[in-house]
Amino acid sequence: METLNYRFEAGQRPLRGMPQLVGVVGSGNLEIMIEPAPLKGACEIEVRTAAVGFGATWQAVMADFHARWSLADARISINDMGATPAVVSLRLDQAAESLTDPSPAGGTP
Amino acid sequence: MSSYLELTARQRIPAMFDAGSFEEFLPPSMRIVSPHLAQLDAAVSFDDGVVVGRGTLGGQLVFGAAQEGGFMGGAVGEVHGAKLVGMLQRAIDERAHAVLLLLESGGVRLHEANAGLIAVSEVMRAMLDVRAAGIPVVAVVGGANGCFGGMGIAARCANTVIMSEEGRLAMSGPEVIETANGVEEFDSRDRALVWRTTGGKHRYLLGDCQVLVDDDVGAMRAAALDAIAAIAPGQAQLTVDGLLAEQAMLERRLRDTQGMSEPMDVWKGLGVPDPAQVPMLEPAAFLALAAQHRATPHTGER
Repeated sequence: METLNYRFEAGQRPLRGMPQLVGVVGSGNLEIMIEPAPLKGACEIEVRTAAVGFGATWQAVMADFHARWSLADARISINDMGATPAVVSLRLDQAAESLTDPSPAGGTP
Repeated sequence: MSSYLELTARQRIPAMFDAGSFEEFLPPSMRIVSPHLAQLDAAVSFDDGVVVGRGTLGGQLVFGAAQEGGFMGGAVGEVHGAKLVGMLQRAIDERAHAVLLLLESGGVRLHEANAGLIAVSEVMRAMLDVRAAGIPVVAVVGGANGCFGGMGIAARCANTVIMSEEGRLAMSGPEVIETANGVEEFDSRDRALVWRTTGGKHRYLLGDCQVLVDDDVGAMRAAALDAIAAIAPGQAQLTVDGLLAEQAMLERRLRDTQGMSEPMDVWKGLGVPDPAQVPMLEPAAFLALAAQHRATPHTGER
């Protein structure tokens, strides 16, 4: 297992509601817990993954996620069993959708 | 139609209980994870693969649980089992109307060895304690991973087992039998054979499950409501008469199926005229056929 930590400062979108869990810790899948947390506007992400040595890929996927959502005061905790970057991105969007207001343009990133 | 089998544990709970009524105990945000898996450097889950809590079902206070087959096959570790036991004990304390268990499990989580074995036995004891308190326990088996090993036994500790044709219920799972006794004994990749020996239709014919429904959440919920309503006050407990009737049914079944290893022979032994047709029958036609031939305790349905 490998533990990776990311922190993105100065997010714009706060979360509302109770902590949510999406996904399942199964082969090629992951679970993501998202919860509001007082982080001075930042979004913190902790990843525990069974696939060791993919830090650069995670960094890129997380940076893309932050560019899409810019979450503020958000804690995201991930248990991963080898999900591909596309699956990780979809699950992250699912998690963010569960605790944010629908975008005024209709549809979500 | 909306498949029950395709749903995760977390999706099944709101689909089965009254909308918005379920309150989870030890939710994932509390991060009560397996200490054993962490020691083995294996992936953990924030809910250890089971959702437990209480809600309402048809307006009545019903406690319940849903096992997540996607996490280690729904296997029961120490924390997973303790969550089930705690929920069951609290159902007694709070005088629940019933307990609904959405089971999907390969049995004991072998990574946790004795702690997992003890956990499963404690689940069985707690289920019987709930029944002894006069509270009906209903188990639903309709997930892709089936219900095997210790949890297969636990399912049969319930008052009523509800299955879909796609559900599977047994002691040793197909791969376990093949590993222990060889492929000549049981080919775990022969899916038709696997379903003939463990699937919902076989279990219904043999009297191991009391209700067979379509793989549909609405049908499952309706069956759970009916099953709870069908158990009259004072009928949830294990009784000597009930156990004797069950024993007589098992003896008769053993006698009727002596020396048979192929389920179609067993069905023929039960009197089914054309057993080869059974796997292909539509639900309504199958239930009509099964009504004439399935094994049930002689003193009536438990």
